[in-house]
Amino acid sequence: MLKKEGEVRIPAGCAISGIIDRKGNRFSGSDVIQSIALMHDRSNGLGGGFAAYGIYPEFKDWYAFHVFYTSIDVKNKTEEYINSNFSIEMSGRIPTRKVSSIKDAPIIWRYFAKPEPGKLISSEKTEDDYVADAVITINSTFPGAYVFSSGKNMGAFKAVGYPEDVGEYYKLDEYDGYLWTAHGRFPTNTPGWWGGAHPFTILDWSVVHNGEISSYDANRRYIEMFGYDCSLQTDTEVITYLFDYLVRKKGLPLKTAANVIAAPMWEEIAEMPEKERKYYTALRQVYSSALVNGPFSIILGYTGGLMALNDRLKLRALVAAECGDRLYLASEESAIRVVCPNPEYMYSVEGGVPIIATVEGEV
Amino acid sequence: MRYFTSEFLIERNKDRCINCGVCARQCSNEAHYIDLDTGEVKSDETKCVDCQRCVCLCPTNALMIIKNPNQTRDNANWSQQAIREVEMQASTGGILLSGMGTPKEYPVYWDKILLNASQVTNPSIDPLREPMETKTYLGAKPTQLEFDEEGNILTKLPPTVELDTPLMMSAMSFGSISLNAQKSLAMAAKECNTFFNTGEGGLHKELDQYADHAIVQVASGRFGVSKDYLNKGQIIEIKIGQGAKPGIGGHLPGEKVNVEVSQTRMIPEHSDAISPAPHHDIYSIEDLRQLIFSLKEVTRYKKPVAVKIAAVHNIAAIASGSVRAGADIIVIDGFRGGSGSTPTRLRDNVGIPIELALAAVDQRLRDESIRQNCSIVIAGSVRNSADVVKAIALGADACYIGSSALIAMGCHMCRTCMTGKCNWGIATQNPELTRRLNPEIQYKRVVNLLHAWNHEIQEMMGGMGINAIESLRGNRLMLRGIGLSEKELEILGIKHAGE
Repeated sequence: MLKKEGEVRIPAGCAISGIIDRKGNRFSGSDVIQSIALMHDRSNGLGGGFAAYGIYPEFKDWYAFHVFYTSIDVKNKTEEYINSNFSIEMSGRIPTRKVSSIKDAPIIWRYFAKPEPGKLISSEKTEDDYVADAVITINSTFPGAYVFSSGKNMGAFKAVGYPEDVGEYYKLDEYDGYLWTAHGRFPTNTPGWWGGAHPFTILDWSVVHNGEISSYDANRRYIEMFGYDCSLQTDTEVITYLFDYLVRKKGLPLKTAANVIAAPMWEEIAEMPEKERKYYTALRQVYSSALVNGPFSIILGYTGGLMALNDRLKLRALVAAECGDRLYLASEESAIRVVCPNPEYMYSVEGGVPIIATVEGEV
Repeated sequence: MRYFTSEFLIERNKDRCINCGVCARQCSNEAHYIDLDTGEVKSDETKCVDCQRCVCLCPTNALMIIKNPNQTRDNANWSQQAIREVEMQASTGGILLSGMGTPKEYPVYWDKILLNASQVTNPSIDPLREPMETKTYLGAKPTQLEFDEEGNILTKLPPTVELDTPLMMSAMSFGSISLNAQKSLAMAAKECNTFFNTGEGGLHKELDQYADHAIVQVASGRFGVSKDYLNKGQIIEIKIGQGAKPGIGGHLPGEKVNVEVSQTRMIPEHSDAISPAPHHDIYSIEDLRQLIFSLKEVTRYKKPVAVKIAAVHNIAAIASGSVRAGADIIVIDGFRGGSGSTPTRLRDNVGIPIELALAAVDQRLRDESIRQNCSIVIAGSVRNSADVVKAIALGADACYIGSSALIAMGCHMCRTCMTGKCNWGIATQNPELTRRLNPEIQYKRVVNLLHAWNHEIQEMMGGMGINAIESLRGNRLMLRGIGLSEKELEILGIKHAGE
């Protein structure tokens, strides 16, 4: 029998896309669906997904949990846990439309939740830590339940299928967000599990990733020292945790975190002026096990912005384009031009050099 | 009467031999001699240790040393060696001594581990065309860095040392090896930007010029230790134990303690240099902490302090305790490790293989979230670059090489270092013999070895799609076991081939 994602490590190739509006104007998911659809051949129908930011303005102070359940029974048990630890503002089935190619759907439920105040205080955790720990608890101790999105005013949508069908299925044309990322997956094995599709998220971090990193186990064994549990055994999961750890838990600026994950070469560091040289030497010494090696291109989404990053050797394609207030990113140039035929400026993302785009003002 | 025959036979091809006498002059064991009556060169094979010196130097290739086919009756239980050892002890009443690491057939886990390579889904990297980083920093690292508003680093970093390659020369004292041998290692360390280790023999004044590449050892005998000595070295290594003789100290016989050794060790000439089994100021882990911090105080917290322990059964707990006691580097010496002189029974029966010890220590330190608080260096025995790659993937930061470096300088593993008659000029203080080893020539062979291994390490890393050694460190997914039991795989933390 084939093993499920998390029981076995499955290498995958992929396509990624991302669009952000720097003014914070919200737009529907149609563009990003069109972009990722153009790269149909880069996925193989075994996983597609999206992350959308700014889609729940009316619930922006609540954590939005998107959850897969394999059965009503599992749902009831998990909800017991959720209800005892969170106060739920609203919950219900995530609306979907019938798409012939999307089959074997689990029960897909959405909750807008806040930590139960008494429990939050007695836990002595920050609100984010409380939520992140609860998500990890559900995913690791409730077999058949899987929280695949847990941030505020954002959501991940994913399934087994081609990404364009997944977008259609979740009616993403009916949501408006200021930032969209998309992922089409080409796994080399057929897990057939919805949770294994990307993006991978924790709180409002989402990662879409194309590549197969060669440092996986070095990164995993490092991050697991700090309480993370890499239960899915995917690159995307470990990269997401690395960013969460470095930025949220250790307070590194995002750009610095990128300099850890795709560190400059020692020979480049040797050429730097003294101050920078010391800075990068210290980063590489202290966070050496967070260096991500092998090919990757990622788009990291978070509240109010995104970061695109390529591995330091540039072993994966990633193209960026500027047009008005929008920044477009995609694995292929054509996937940008299909939605933005004449960008003002288009370029290939350099290896190891992060591109950070943030929304002006509050989102 | 003799109770046992010689282990080897010396075969001299009379057609080739020209009676030049080179073999007789070269053999410190006097296995060759010139018959004064006939002028012919003859042999006394009972004295031969199979060091191959005569074979290598014979100008006409007339010599061959072979195993003596004369055997006692076959017995799977009572091997020749077992019988011989009883006979030797019956003759002398003494403890059996040996040189180098155990020759017994224990499992060599390196040889039961296979490496991965990239195919299709991610590219291998060509070290001839792309940077391939083997630079390694040893020492404790803080868990995190703090920055000020402008992004400057506020955290004060503990001292670290930089190596261009994850290979260092293992502890071999002046006394156990000759000054020329130690000097060759020091010169090679300097050229390769790595380190040699003084062992417990102090730092000879002639090696002061290589102090920037010296690890200075503090062992239970405290030979050669002074404030000046500690401050000259770049790493201070407290030697608690040695893989070849866990549980006991060192013993340098008085015959080897000539004037130079005596001055360097700060002991009287011709006195036995006997280091006690334990450090008499370390009877517990909290005592170790005091010694570590005494050494840090005396060097103003500018040098990382390493603690070298022999791989014994509860190595993981000992290593964890040592890190918590303030060790910046943990050195684990496996039971196959070498020695200039060790009681044979200890060498062959005490301790555990380095592969298992390393895997257990790395995992324990991670389970306790203190792995980044120290570096792990392993020794005993690392025979080639593949062993190094496997060690790093299991979790080591760097490897010590001892025997390999000696072999590069001419050692042929005859395992009689303790006699002080090393014909290759390595494990001896006899000036007739030590001058055979010219550091200016031999250091280059050690450099060649380090370069060759580093190239091979880069090739293997590139094959795995890894271009920085830190991405290999602890990356056990790159390893697969072959022919190992579930339990062995579990301890090594690796999967079986095919999984």
